[in-house]
Amino acid sequence: MADRLLTVRDLVIDIPVGGGTLHAVRGIDFELDRGEVLCIVGESGSGKSLTSLALMGLLGKRIKPKATQMDFDGTALLSASKKTMRGLRGARMSMIFQEPMTSLNPAYTIGDQLMEAMLLHRDVPRSQARARAVELLEKVGITAAESRLGQYPHQLSGGLRQRVMIAMALMCGPELIIADEPTTALDVTIQAQILRLLVDLVREMGMAMILITHDLGVVARVADKVAVMYAGELVETGPAKQIFEAPMHPYTRGLLRCIPLPGKTKRGSELGTIPGIVPSLVGKVSGCVFRTRCGFATEACRGDIPRHLRGPQAFRCVLDDGGLSQEKQEVQA
Amino acid sequence: MFQFILKRLGLAILVAFTVSFISFSLLFLAGDPAAALAGETASGEDIEALRHLYGFDRPMMVQYGDWLFSALRGDFGESYYFKLPVAGLIFDRLSITMTLGVCGIAFALLTAVPLGVAAAIRPNSLIDRVALFLSVAGQALPSFWFGLILIVVFSIKLRWLPPSGTATWQHFIMPTIVLGYYAMPAIMRLTRAGMLEVLSSDYIRTARAKGAPEMRVMFKHALRNAIIPVVSLAAVQMGFMLGGSIVVESIFALHGAGYLAWESIGRNDLPTVQALILIFAMFYIVFTFLADVLNAWLDPRMRSS
Repeated sequence: MADRLLTVRDLVIDIPVGGGTLHAVRGIDFELDRGEVLCIVGESGSGKSLTSLALMGLLGKRIKPKATQMDFDGTALLSASKKTMRGLRGARMSMIFQEPMTSLNPAYTIGDQLMEAMLLHRDVPRSQARARAVELLEKVGITAAESRLGQYPHQLSGGLRQRVMIAMALMCGPELIIADEPTTALDVTIQAQILRLLVDLVREMGMAMILITHDLGVVARVADKVAVMYAGELVETGPAKQIFEAPMHPYTRGLLRCIPLPGKTKRGSELGTIPGIVPSLVGKVSGCVFRTRCGFATEACRGDIPRHLRGPQAFRCVLDDGGLSQEKQEVQA
Repeated sequence: MFQFILKRLGLAILVAFTVSFISFSLLFLAGDPAAALAGETASGEDIEALRHLYGFDRPMMVQYGDWLFSALRGDFGESYYFKLPVAGLIFDRLSITMTLGVCGIAFALLTAVPLGVAAAIRPNSLIDRVALFLSVAGQALPSFWFGLILIVVFSIKLRWLPPSGTATWQHFIMPTIVLGYYAMPAIMRLTRAGMLEVLSSDYIRTARAKGAPEMRVMFKHALRNAIIPVVSLAAVQMGFMLGGSIVVESIFALHGAGYLAWESIGRNDLPTVQALILIFAMFYIVFTFLADVLNAWLDPRMRSS
C-alpha cells in the first residue's frame, strides 16, 4: 500500500444562514497518498473551496465541519488543538488562493511576508529565511529575486504575485499543497505558465497536491486522481485516466462533453452543455441532487442513491451504469 | 518616501501662506480698524491720526508683508485690550491648551482603538454592545453638561478632584476626559469598521494559512491596515481640540488659548484674534502633515501616489 497522507471520511459542512441551514458539503470521502495530485472538479458553489478550507481549519468560527475521519498523517484535523493546527498550517500543509491581487498584505514587503512563513515555524536566523526566500523566488521564475524582496505587492503584476504566493507556500517544504483555482484570476496567457510551474514544483519536491479547478483541460494534464463534486457531494471519484476514458456518472459525462479534448472531440462538432442550474441546498436535501438536470432521472432518484464501484473508480447513481446504455441507444436512434 | 515628504511639506507651506493671508485680511473684513480702535466718541482727526500711527494707511500688501515678517520672528504686535505683546499673552495660554489637547487625544485614542479592535474581533458580543453604547452616549452628551456632571460627582459629592483651575495635574483629569470623550466615538467606530473590513480580506486568510497566531494576525496584519484612516481622523480631531476646546476651558476655568480667542473676539482685539487663528491653523497644518507622513509609513501605496 502506498504511503497514505490524507484520509477524509464523510465530511459534512453545514452553514447557518438566515432561515435555515445550508448543507454545503454532504458526506464526501477521499484519500490522498504522498506525492499524488488529486483534482477536485465542479461548478462554482459545489463546495470545492469549502472542502479545502475545512482541511486547513480556516472555515472561521461560525462554520463547524463534521466528519467521521479527517486525518493528516495521523493527526485528526477536526479534533486537533488550535496550536497543533497552527503548527501544521504553512509548515506541513500550505494553501494557494484564487485571488493573488488581494492575498498579499499591502503593508509589508514581499520579503517580509515570505520570510514570515518560515520564521513562524522554524527557529532559524533571518539571514537563512532570507536566503530561502531568494532561492524560492528564483525557483518560481522571478528574475532579480534579491531586489524583489524589498518590493511591495502593489508594485507587482497579478502573475508575479501568484508566483510569490506559490513561493510562500513552499517556504517550509510542506507535504501537502492545496491550490484553490490558482489561475482563475489571471490572464489566460499566463494561466498555463503558472499551472505548469506549480505542477513541476510539486513533482520535483515530491509533494502531494489537491488542485481545485473547473478547467478539465488542466485536470487531464496533471491529475493522478479526480474527484467530481456536484452541489456538495462527490458524484464520482477515481484515477484520472479511468475518469476520462470511462466516465460513469451522468454529470461527469456532461462535464466532459462541455470541453474539447484533444483526440476525442471531433473537429466542427458542437460542444455540450448541461441544462438547468444547481438546486438550492438550504433545508433538507435528499436523493440525488443532480436529478433536476439529469436526462435519465426517474422517481427512484428521490430515494437513497447506491454507490457503485468499478475497481478504484466509484460513482453514485440509481442506475448501475449511470445511464450509459440508454445514452448509447439514444445516440444510435 | 523622501520625495513624498518633500512634496507634502511644499504643499503644507503653500497652505500655511494662504491661511496667513486670510487671517490677516480679517482685520479689514471686520470694518475700519482705526475707527474701531479710536472708539465711538473719537473725532475724524483722531481716527486719521490712529490710522497713520498703526500704519493702516499703507497699501494692504505692504501691511501684510510687514505683519508676516514680524509674525515669523514671533512678534504678533500688541493686544488692543491688554496693551501687551500678543506673543507673550498667547504663549502662556497655549501651553495650557496644548497640555489639554495632547491629553485629550491620548485619552481618546487609548480608549477608542482598543475598544474598536475588541468590538471588531467579536461583533455583536457584549463588548461590542458596550462600546456602541459608550460611543452613542459620547456623541449625544453635550460637553458642557457632561463636564458639569463630572464636577458635581467628583468634586462636590466625592471631593476627589478639584473643580477648576490649572494648579496641579489633577486639575487636568476631568477636562481631559470631557474633551477626549468627545473625540472618542468617531475614532472608535472608524477603528471597528476598518478592522471588520480588513479581517474579512484575503490577506488575513493568507496570514492564518501561514500558521500565524491570532494575536499576530490581529495586530501585525490587520491593525496596521485598519488604523490608516484613523490616523487622518485623529489629526483633524487634535487640531479641532486645540481650537475648539473653548467650552471645556470655560467650564473648568482653564484659561487657555481657546478661551482667550473667545474673549478677544468679544473685545474686538484683532491682533490677538489674528495671531490665534494663524497659530491654530498652523497646528492643523502640522498635524495633517504628520498624519500624512505616518500614513505613508504605514501604507506603502501612498508613498508612490
